[in-house]
Amino acid sequence: MSGVAATPVGFAGAAWAVAKRELAGYFVTPVAYVFTIIFLLVTGVFTFASGLGGFFERGQADLSAFFFFHPWLYLFLIPAISMRLWAEERKQGTLELLLTLPVPLGAAVIGKFLAAWLFAGIALALTFPMWVTCAYLGNPDHGVIVAAYLGSFLMAGGFLAIGSAVSALTKNQVIAFVVSVVVCFGFLLSGYGPVLDFVRGWAPQAVIDAIASFSFLTRFDAISKGVVDLRDLIYFVSLIATFLFATVVIVDAKKA
Amino acid sequence: MIELKQLVKRFGPFTAVDGVTFRVNTGEVVGFLGPNGAGKSTTMKMVAGYLTPTSGSASVAGHEIASEPLAVKRVLGYLPEGAPAYPDMTPESFLRFVAQIRGLRGAAARERIAHVVGLVHLEGVMRQPIETLSKGFKRRVGLAQAILHDPAALIMDEPTDGLDPNQKHEVRTLIRSMASTKAVILSTHILEEVEAVCTRVVLINRGRIVFDGTPREFQQKSRHAGAVRVQVRAAAEQREAIARELRSLGSAAGVEEVGGTDGRFECVVLAKNREALPGEITRAARGKGWELESVAVEPGRLDEVFRSMTTGGAR
Repeated sequence: MSGVAATPVGFAGAAWAVAKRELAGYFVTPVAYVFTIIFLLVTGVFTFASGLGGFFERGQADLSAFFFFHPWLYLFLIPAISMRLWAEERKQGTLELLLTLPVPLGAAVIGKFLAAWLFAGIALALTFPMWVTCAYLGNPDHGVIVAAYLGSFLMAGGFLAIGSAVSALTKNQVIAFVVSVVVCFGFLLSGYGPVLDFVRGWAPQAVIDAIASFSFLTRFDAISKGVVDLRDLIYFVSLIATFLFATVVIVDAKKA
Repeated sequence: MIELKQLVKRFGPFTAVDGVTFRVNTGEVVGFLGPNGAGKSTTMKMVAGYLTPTSGSASVAGHEIASEPLAVKRVLGYLPEGAPAYPDMTPESFLRFVAQIRGLRGAAARERIAHVVGLVHLEGVMRQPIETLSKGFKRRVGLAQAILHDPAALIMDEPTDGLDPNQKHEVRTLIRSMASTKAVILSTHILEEVEAVCTRVVLINRGRIVFDGTPREFQQKSRHAGAVRVQVRAAAEQREAIARELRSLGSAAGVEEVGGTDGRFECVVLAKNREALPGEITRAARGKGWELESVAVEPGRLDEVFRSMTTGGAR
């Protein structure tokens, strides 16, 4: 038998090992730096530019001008993180390596997702000067801001989980990016006119309500106004769980 | 240690692996041969738990791959085809990652990494991104990963592909040195590798095993096994007579590759009776007064056996 004293790592240990490797991977390439800088730059511009966020014109000490654009930024920036999650492994041939190491597939999926989510979280956390500025200029409701950060982070997780499943479908990162943007766009807008009009004509009310309830925008809107409804939290968490499960199924089906 | 039972893998209508059965014990090094597309990699991927067999089963150290995939992956070292590794990582961080997954920690992990790095000679490149390494180094990073946990069973898909002759020699020496305590399967296209490191040959063609035996038995399948290469000092006009004489020997099956240069006749006499042929040739030479320069018995030609077993009978 094996002559090396090894203690088998459990599910969480394996997931953590994968997450650590993945997260380190963001920072050895320029990806992390370029992404973070662009994210900070764009959030800054959108928040302060008059005619867009109009932070100063509003004359209110809150960050709604800042959070208002998050769904739209995430729509393009999150698929840029998630597109490589599985497509790159497949392209490099490392998928075979990863899946023949003693890592449960679920642990690999969760580990990779966590790394991406943590990374998005780091980029989000680096927007703290926004909060500081706001607190310096006025007297904002810090509870609302905390809630909005939480909502933004959850929404990023939702986008990432969708992107993870899409990335598992292809080894082409460009395809993964484009398809993720489209799917995420559908989720963003599902509570709004065009999408609902599309189904209103023929679908029963229950279906319309169900589709409307999938909307990221309505839920994020509520959270970012400081209304942390348990149902919204459950929504994002179960959405993430569903798409991670889908990722497991897709990776498993595609390799065989 | 490694056991394959009636393994079958179909991709749609195409049957890549068609009922492969063999077992590998500790101490055996099986050379898994076959032409491209014969199903070697597919078979290995199934044992390593990457592909799910259509039917049949495989087990490593008593663990079934279907029911206990993680247990199999823990005891097995696997080098996938092309030795994939994360290009952005350095060999150091890559091996640390594998060590962590393998449950090696702290000092144990460091010692073990240092040990395998020494075995495959990676010392000089530990801090360079893997994507900047030469093919030979990449291959050795893959090898290091596969043997990091000192696995009881080791499966390597073309471990010496892309290495220069010196590196090939080193890897073969390494495999031989580890062989006594492991069950090893390695696939290769290089037939000399079989003689150099393998204790057994399994040859597959179109997904089926067409030979399973020792390298010596494999070699003996050659038409040329036991054939005798004869060199005689002779003038050009004598050659015809010598060839006729050799062909008529009782234990000779025929004469091939007749040739020679000025003043020398050379040919290969195929054997009908391998034991008797060399003696009969020397006796004939003595009787006819030929001036023999050399009489050499051929061990058999591996490429010839390979070809004869994997061509023809097209499906």
